[in-house]
Amino acid sequence: MSTLTEAPPPLAPAAPEKKPPRRRGRFTPYWLLLPGILWLIVFFALPMLYQASTSVQQGSLEDGYKVTWHFATYWDALSAYWPQFLRSVFYAAAATVLCLLLGYPLAYLIAFRAGRWKNLIMILVIAPFFTSFLIRTLAWKTILADNGVVVHTLNSLHVLDLTNWLGWTAGDRVLATPLAVVCGLTYNFLPFMILPLYTSLERIDGRLHEAAGDLYAKPWTTFRKVTFPLSMPGVVSGTLLTFIPAAGDYVNAELLGSTDTRMIGNVIQTQFLRILDYPTAAALSFILMAAILAMVTFYIRRSGTEDLV
Amino acid sequence: MPFVTWLKRHLVVIAGLLTLAYLLLPNVIVTVFSFNKPKGRFNYEWQRFSTHAWKDPCGVADMCGSLSISLQIAVWATVGATILGTMISFALVRYRFRARGAVNSLIFLPMAMPEVVMAASLLTLFLNMGAQLGFFTILIAHIMFCLSFVVTAVKARVMSMDPRLEEAARDLYAGPVQTFLRVTLPIAAPGIAAGALLSFALSFDDFIITNFNAGSTVTFPMFVWGSAQRGTPVQINVIGTAMFLIAVLFVLTSMVVGNRRNKQKA
Amino acid sequence: MKTTPDNSGDVRLSGISKTYGSFTAVHPLDLTVPEGSFFALLGASGCGKTTTLRMIAGLEEPTTGTVRLGEQDVTHLPPYKRPVNTVFQSYALFPHLDIFENVAFGLRRRGIKSVKKQVEDMLELVQLGEQARKKPHQLSGGQQQRVAVARALINHPKVLLLDEPLGALDLKLRRQMQLELKRIQTEVGITFVHVTHDQEEAMTMADTVAVMNGGRVEQLGSPADLYENPRSTFVANFLGTSNLIEAEVDTKNGDDIVLKAGGGKLVLPEARCSAPTTAGGKVLVGIRPEKISLTHADDAGEIPDGRNRLTGTIADASFIGVSTQYVIDSPVCDELAVYVQNVERDGRLVPGADVVLHWSPAHTFGLDAAQSLLAGTVGSAGTEEEAAA
Repeated sequence: MSTLTEAPPPLAPAAPEKKPPRRRGRFTPYWLLLPGILWLIVFFALPMLYQASTSVQQGSLEDGYKVTWHFATYWDALSAYWPQFLRSVFYAAAATVLCLLLGYPLAYLIAFRAGRWKNLIMILVIAPFFTSFLIRTLAWKTILADNGVVVHTLNSLHVLDLTNWLGWTAGDRVLATPLAVVCGLTYNFLPFMILPLYTSLERIDGRLHEAAGDLYAKPWTTFRKVTFPLSMPGVVSGTLLTFIPAAGDYVNAELLGSTDTRMIGNVIQTQFLRILDYPTAAALSFILMAAILAMVTFYIRRSGTEDLV
Repeated sequence: MPFVTWLKRHLVVIAGLLTLAYLLLPNVIVTVFSFNKPKGRFNYEWQRFSTHAWKDPCGVADMCGSLSISLQIAVWATVGATILGTMISFALVRYRFRARGAVNSLIFLPMAMPEVVMAASLLTLFLNMGAQLGFFTILIAHIMFCLSFVVTAVKARVMSMDPRLEEAARDLYAGPVQTFLRVTLPIAAPGIAAGALLSFALSFDDFIITNFNAGSTVTFPMFVWGSAQRGTPVQINVIGTAMFLIAVLFVLTSMVVGNRRNKQKA
Repeated sequence: MKTTPDNSGDVRLSGISKTYGSFTAVHPLDLTVPEGSFFALLGASGCGKTTTLRMIAGLEEPTTGTVRLGEQDVTHLPPYKRPVNTVFQSYALFPHLDIFENVAFGLRRRGIKSVKKQVEDMLELVQLGEQARKKPHQLSGGQQQRVAVARALINHPKVLLLDEPLGALDLKLRRQMQLELKRIQTEVGITFVHVTHDQEEAMTMADTVAVMNGGRVEQLGSPADLYENPRSTFVANFLGTSNLIEAEVDTKNGDDIVLKAGGGKLVLPEARCSAPTTAGGKVLVGIRPEKISLTHADDAGEIPDGRNRLTGTIADASFIGVSTQYVIDSPVCDELAVYVQNVERDGRLVPGADVVLHWSPAHTFGLDAAQSLLAGTVGSAGTEEEAAA
């Protein structure tokens, strides 16, 4: 287990590193870097350029595409698909907030309260990963089925009336509604929130809690003033690790949603694999990338985590 | 009001356990429904108990073939990403070189990119190059996105390692190769293992990137995706349950072995 | 800043104990720390001193017994309701808050709005006025230590608890901070309870020292009293060095006991003996190395009468500047330590020389022979970890 939990939250923004000592063998680092970096350049960076170029091409499958600097594709794509963009951001944000609210208590439990159950709970958090996430997502179809226990309970508690009024559900159904999609997104990316939260909570020196208590902070104040601020690196990387994949996801919208819950991922997938309108698909994908990079950069700046790391 | 006090004290534990239940509920459903005998093509409603799927796990056309393809890809992707990623990590931690910032960003970006963007752009590249989509394009894509995760895992471990250990080895007459094999590698091993395990899990379970770049090759997640449209055989629940159990057993055994080894040391 | 002595700063522990499962960290103990005193709990790691401190702080709930501050029973109060503050081992400064906010933390939690003046005054007291806006990791160890003290003291606690506060500092800084803490304590007049494993630290700072061992208080008293008149081998060995010689009770002579050791006789004032003394019973005779004088065997006649004497051979001599430390093999005891001030050095006192050791009976102390001779020495159980650290 230790092997998996030792992996740090991968999304921590590149922290300033200590200068490593100079070694003999001037070219050794370059030889070590060469194959991996080349791989990333050819199969990650280069495709991005190809995609950028494709997005300003015109033509058809039969006649081939030519770069014509046709930026109107971007405008057309945005005006046709802005609802899906907005929906993606909204669903992903909702899922991220839910993940934080649900994940924090569990991460806190593992870090401070689990005692000898700690390893077992950790295994239970990670083990579902090994069942294909598609199978697990399909299980939600059973859980949220129209005549299932969950829907019945929500219905008799009049929770569905409320969610209907909010537009999250429709009629007596949960499946094929925004609620089901957000619920699936939350479920799928919850571990990506819990692990970095746990890592940063675990690092907090237990004496700091004692010191806060000693200095007249009640438990809740201790949490607000000491524990939570110190877990900010985990909160930041957890929210990023949840939000980014959730915003680009199309599996949950496809399996648990309906045509009214299509996200931008669904559109890109359809354009690329079914309609074969490559310029539009490339433009959409480029916009999504730019939007997410901008949001991430802004978020990291705002949360000022560089200061904490 | 002792109950209220009790509740207040254990609120976080209760909330945490509820979240855990939320995380595990689908696995419970998957397991239970692996014993179902569904009416019709879809396995979403409970009908009656049966073990037919467990007795004949490969009884569905193409499913075990797709499983085998997924496993092969996962193994090769793990090997490739672990070797390349470990090399990069050592270069990053142990050496000075130019363009360190650029290298760091190149490793960070794939993790900060929605899968669908990487999937689409990679497909653009393959189409432009006229590459034959299939096993090898999937493998290339998997190595690409696993690489960054390996680097992060290994780097964390190597960074926390005292460089004086290597100096001590050299002081005690170990040459560069000996130092690497006898000191550096064993100490970095847990990080490398973590990276490899993560790679395997990510590659085996990947759907979005694979779906774009697979051509006519069908991996196990793609098979599940297809069956969600055509009809879900009970056998996919059997595979899902088995994978879960194998993972738990694997982790438990390695923990018991690790504990025993630690005890022996002490 | 001095509080009026109304005894509300007394710490009274009665019958307090702590067990974890089958392990007893602290056996039931009674202890009163008078208001305004500087009290040290001294012992090796694992002796229960920190657990005792944490029970006073409220960080650990006692298994039995009560903790009172003055007349108030605080046994079941959580730490944030106790008028007690702690200087934690390795300080536990909040890394996300600057020095000012660290010091202001307790005031703000108690709803005090205008903290600026108080915090600045407190930072002046610990001479850190310039550093207010720095983060803890930007300060040196000594500065962090002073922040920790300021953060606790600003709340005017009835009692300040210090858990190995100087453990993380190097020797020179530690000496300096000992004086500094002593100065602050005298200035504010608050009761200090100080936990340490460093006997020298306890003796230089505290008015009263309680030596703890195995979850019990071995002996309590002023530093000089503990040093001059230890009542157990643990205290004798843990505080400085002692020579312990096995002897047999011979006769009583007024207030003195006469003992047989080897062929000779030793005199011990009865008041300085903590062991039962029946004729023929065994007693450990203790004498501190610096109380012993050395005379070359050729000059034995010059030694005044009435002093305790032993004969022996110098096994080893090490010159350490102010004094010379000798190891003497004697028929009654191997490896007796003797420290001689380098006032007039006798050139004949080299390894191999025969010598007479002699000292005033008034400096002798007697201990129960039924205890381990080595208790409390470096290398015996309980002190090993400290030696390694």
